[in-house]
Amino acid sequence: MSYAKRSPWLLHYDASSCNGCDIEVLACLTPVYDVERFGIINTGDPKQADILLITGAVNDQNKEVVKQLYEQMPEPKVVVAVGICACSGGIFRDCYNILGGVDTVIPVDVYVPGCAARPESIIDGVVKGLGVLEEKQRKMEAER
Amino acid sequence: MGKRTIVPFGPQHPALPEPVHLDLELEDETVVRAVPSIGYVHRGLEKLTESYDYESMTYVMERVCGICSFGHGWGYTGAVEGLMGVNIPDRAEYLRIVFHELSRVHSHLLWLGLLADGLGFDSLFMHCWRIREKVLDVFEAVTGGRVILSYCKVGGVKKDLTPEMVQRIVSMCDDIEEDMRRTGYVFMKDSSVRNRLCGTGVLSKEDAVELCCVGPVARGSGVDNDVRSASKWYREVGFEPVLYDEGDCWSRCMVRVDEVVQSLNLVRTALRNLPDGDIAVPVKGPAPVGDFAFRVEQPRGEAFYYVQGNGTKNLGRARVRTPTNINIPAMVRTLQGCNLQDVSMLVITIDPCISCTER
Repeated sequence: MSYAKRSPWLLHYDASSCNGCDIEVLACLTPVYDVERFGIINTGDPKQADILLITGAVNDQNKEVVKQLYEQMPEPKVVVAVGICACSGGIFRDCYNILGGVDTVIPVDVYVPGCAARPESIIDGVVKGLGVLEEKQRKMEAER
Repeated sequence: MGKRTIVPFGPQHPALPEPVHLDLELEDETVVRAVPSIGYVHRGLEKLTESYDYESMTYVMERVCGICSFGHGWGYTGAVEGLMGVNIPDRAEYLRIVFHELSRVHSHLLWLGLLADGLGFDSLFMHCWRIREKVLDVFEAVTGGRVILSYCKVGGVKKDLTPEMVQRIVSMCDDIEEDMRRTGYVFMKDSSVRNRLCGTGVLSKEDAVELCCVGPVARGSGVDNDVRSASKWYREVGFEPVLYDEGDCWSRCMVRVDEVVQSLNLVRTALRNLPDGDIAVPVKGPAPVGDFAFRVEQPRGEAFYYVQGNGTKNLGRARVRTPTNINIPAMVRTLQGCNLQDVSMLVITIDPCISCTER
């Protein structure tokens, strides 16, 4: 992908993260990493979001919230699991209240490893997500 | 009297980086009652002591919260060292102070940024986070991690500082102090900040004492309960608590602004007087039967660590009492009678760390 065709809006939700990945997601938006130069904006509204960034593993209380957020987002949409907890449960996978990674509840397109995931790898994950988004868009248009 | 409406706030909300849910009972624009509900971040990590021995449990405890990760590592290892009867070298104590205070600088700058974001003052948000990155660069250079440091271990710390690194940290402190002079001035004097914060969410000194508040929430209401005052090591580097008496959102904000500058001074003093010697002592064998409690002043307030040994390598119990947990009643008290548009300010100024609270 040579350049982004659209300006993707992000929706960030903290499932049961320790905050480490959350603050790195926010650090991506601030001057040193500054993803806004690619037109990426952090939004609070699922209805306007293209990419759902989820940090942390899923537990019994928040699995419904994660599902709802995913269902409220319009198609095409991409889910990026940020950090090892979101990928597989990480160090907390044996905890009694952890169901596992985000993919136990909703389909995940891009996995970003790391504890905490570094801003560079989060940006890389989002850029990979853009490729997936375009692919999904093309598929939707072909079906229409 | 108007009709009562219930407005849900959270768990996913633009003002909150973390999920907490509040049911706000409104009469017109005024909040009559706020009912918090938590549990979105509960993992149950204290039970992991059964599968991790006391040394590897440090990695789990550091992940109680990613913002004050170093403090949790310190609190837990401090409690285990007390249980094992280990005295760590002076140099390790000083290095722990240096990294804990640097964590406080980054945590408070993060919070000041979130407050500015909540105010709608975006350029201020960006500046706070720009300054904060300087601390993270130092963390990365010394420990290899930006957020989760894994710097503490049972018996001391893992890596020593070279004289060049000491020099680099001192010049970084000077640099941040210069930045804070300008950024702190905006929080102190700017009319758009003051109009929003001054006189909002007043928590009286009596209420703060009655509700057992801790940290900047208590100190913003003039209650001096900083745990650092009781530490011999902190007295050596010249610690004095920061107190404001107004009890409103602005004074809670100013406590943090002043603490950033104070922490920079503590770091510089500690580095100037850094004792020579080892950075860790070896700790071996099973944890003895018994228990020990340890307190650390986290950026958000007093955190309390309790460990119980049962004669094996695995602890019988490891418990953390975190500051946000204690400050939630104060938040609920100040929310009663406030305006709906002030809710996000009131929630932000207790600096909620839900991940600490629920673990």
